[in-house]
Amino acid sequence: MAFLLRGAHVVDPQVGLDGVADVLIDGDKIAEVGQGLEPPADAEVIDASGKYLVPGLVDMHVHFRDPGFEYKETIDTGSRAAAHGGFTDVATMPNTDPVTDTGAEIRYQIDRGKHAGLVHIRPIGALTRGEKGEALSEIGDMVMEGAAAFSDDGHGVQSAGMMRTCMEYVSQFDRAVLAHCEIDSLTTNGVINEGKASTRLGMFGWPALGEELEIYRDIELAKLTGCRFHVCHISTAKGLDLVRAAKKEGLPVTCEVTPHHLFLNEDDITPTYNTNLKMNPPLRTKADMEALVEGICDGSIDCVVTDHAPHAPHEKDCEWEIAFFGCVGLETSLPLMLTKLVLPGKMSWSRLVEVMAVNPRKVLTLEPVKVEAGSTADLTLIDPAAEIEVTEDWLQGKAKNSAFLGWHLTGAASDVFCAGKRTLTDGVVTPA
Amino acid sequence: MFVKNLIDTYSLTADDITQILDTAQAFESVNNSRTIKKVPALRGRTIVNLFLEPSTRTKSSFELAEKRLSADSLSMGGSTSSVVKGESLADTIQTISAMNVDMFVCRARLAGTPQRITENTDAVVINAGDGKHQHPTQAMLDLYTMRKHFGHLDGLKVAIVGDLAHSRVCGSLAPALKTMGAEVTLVGPPTFQVDDPDWFGCPQTAHFDDVIEDMDVIYMLRVQLERMEGAAIPSRREYNRLYGLDMTRVNRMKDDAIIMHPGPMNRGMEINADVADCSRSRILNQVNAGVLTRMAEMYLLLGGENNGISA
Repeated sequence: MAFLLRGAHVVDPQVGLDGVADVLIDGDKIAEVGQGLEPPADAEVIDASGKYLVPGLVDMHVHFRDPGFEYKETIDTGSRAAAHGGFTDVATMPNTDPVTDTGAEIRYQIDRGKHAGLVHIRPIGALTRGEKGEALSEIGDMVMEGAAAFSDDGHGVQSAGMMRTCMEYVSQFDRAVLAHCEIDSLTTNGVINEGKASTRLGMFGWPALGEELEIYRDIELAKLTGCRFHVCHISTAKGLDLVRAAKKEGLPVTCEVTPHHLFLNEDDITPTYNTNLKMNPPLRTKADMEALVEGICDGSIDCVVTDHAPHAPHEKDCEWEIAFFGCVGLETSLPLMLTKLVLPGKMSWSRLVEVMAVNPRKVLTLEPVKVEAGSTADLTLIDPAAEIEVTEDWLQGKAKNSAFLGWHLTGAASDVFCAGKRTLTDGVVTPA
Repeated sequence: MFVKNLIDTYSLTADDITQILDTAQAFESVNNSRTIKKVPALRGRTIVNLFLEPSTRTKSSFELAEKRLSADSLSMGGSTSSVVKGESLADTIQTISAMNVDMFVCRARLAGTPQRITENTDAVVINAGDGKHQHPTQAMLDLYTMRKHFGHLDGLKVAIVGDLAHSRVCGSLAPALKTMGAEVTLVGPPTFQVDDPDWFGCPQTAHFDDVIEDMDVIYMLRVQLERMEGAAIPSRREYNRLYGLDMTRVNRMKDDAIIMHPGPMNRGMEINADVADCSRSRILNQVNAGVLTRMAEMYLLLGGENNGISA
């Protein structure tokens, strides 16, 4: 199947493109990029004028709950949410049941993703067996089966010695360690940011230091071991300063931020105890939020990820202290970035492409996708004028626990091509 | 009353609080002087006492207040409730509401439970203590006790002493006192201090002995013995020495100053036995005020002021 995308504003800083061009997709590759391209006889011509065409978006931090928690989400339903949100690739975290800590489980996820056929699944393997932080998992086996990176996401590796061993071992492969930085003895029982919010709402606090101290430890371990180290879902200004300092020192350190930490803060949690705002790490202060926005715009933060965390209704429709952590995010990530940062002019389109497409591929050591002839045809077409209201019905994944329900957003993906296959057509996931 | 439900004290205005205290005062003769301690004010109204964690004094106080007002009441909780059988709170509340009740009085281990109940019923909800969050009816009885002794609340200096961070009593009393113009000082070991005293607008100190002479009210909080498991304090003995109210400290108090405690007391830990029973102690007055103020709250929230029935 061939497609000719005509007249889109193409943005790809990797090849210096930021202007109107035609793009011809043939099979799973980009065949040609240029002006006034003529469609081959079998090509479907798509009028893309007024829209933006960018390399396929990558969310390098999602939870698809498959296998083990299929009542929350599956690779099939998560893939639908991903395509609806404009993504061509997602990296799935290993806190499944069983934990994804062997090559066979990596292979299962990739195969299941191919069967769903909507998005490239890039599984992340557990650093330690069962994510228990005690013994190395079969990291080499998982690399050979296609693991994109390694993480015990959901927990920090509590022992500094064990984390050193993990980083040393991973350093022999061309892969990064992605760390959920949390010192359990500082965050015990914490369910909300420590400070005003914990005082106001009368619950145990989760102090910023519980994250920052482990970021500092792991940066130093990266320096010691030479392992590439990536901080998951950074949430505080101080943690970001630590990453900035590490980068300045030339260390192989990167980090990511979620839209909910960019656009919500602890003051948004009212006495109605809306459990869709219960996160790990928690929503922090307004000052932290503003520092993160500055960081994603100025290049200090490398990637936007959603930490897409689907939960069943009964796991959220309950008292805050017993509600599960996390919210879904795949479908609101791009619209939020457009509405809050790109369209108001705080972030350029090329910076958006870096944080949502180029940099995540670098961290995951995926083959780069560029808008040029010969590249894989992973492409996202964005309608900057699309008006959406975030409702449960609008969300295409299995779970509805969005922190942004009721929000009105401007700008969304209209079409997605994943290896040349059209997985989103005018905002509708295909095949439906 | 400007509020439909009594969930927290920071939503109450000074007028709301004054109205509760004045109404409670009007009920004083019913409870404290009459032989027949009953008025028909809430006859035919149905109140459900949902106590999801153990309580002796608060539950008894509500039950008696309901009887004094002639309400029909039903008490449930603990091992008799469906909540422990795995039913969700929302299902339990919707089920009971379907029987057509007028009010829920709820005690819960988890913060925000009373608010969640309001989202699942049209009945009025009174928070009888939710986790570490709020205990507004305790705050009202405390204010009543203070006003009874001093004749006013404005300008009173009150020290709240003890396990501040884990205390719904502190969480509701401090804002209510501030609303009424009192000055509050929080006193406790750093491991028990609140995360953000600025939110209360109160100074917070670890040095009990520095503030005793200035205070009109010294309010001792119960130390939850189970909190000691986390080693927030080294021992009962040391806590008593640094933060316990003993006669040496009592003798340094202002002549007219009083001692309060929400109960149940750990005698010999946060308060010594002789102090609990001394003439400054208002601890049993607080218990008595609990019935009066709870009568007032239920009466006002169920529209008693408008239904033509006088106390």
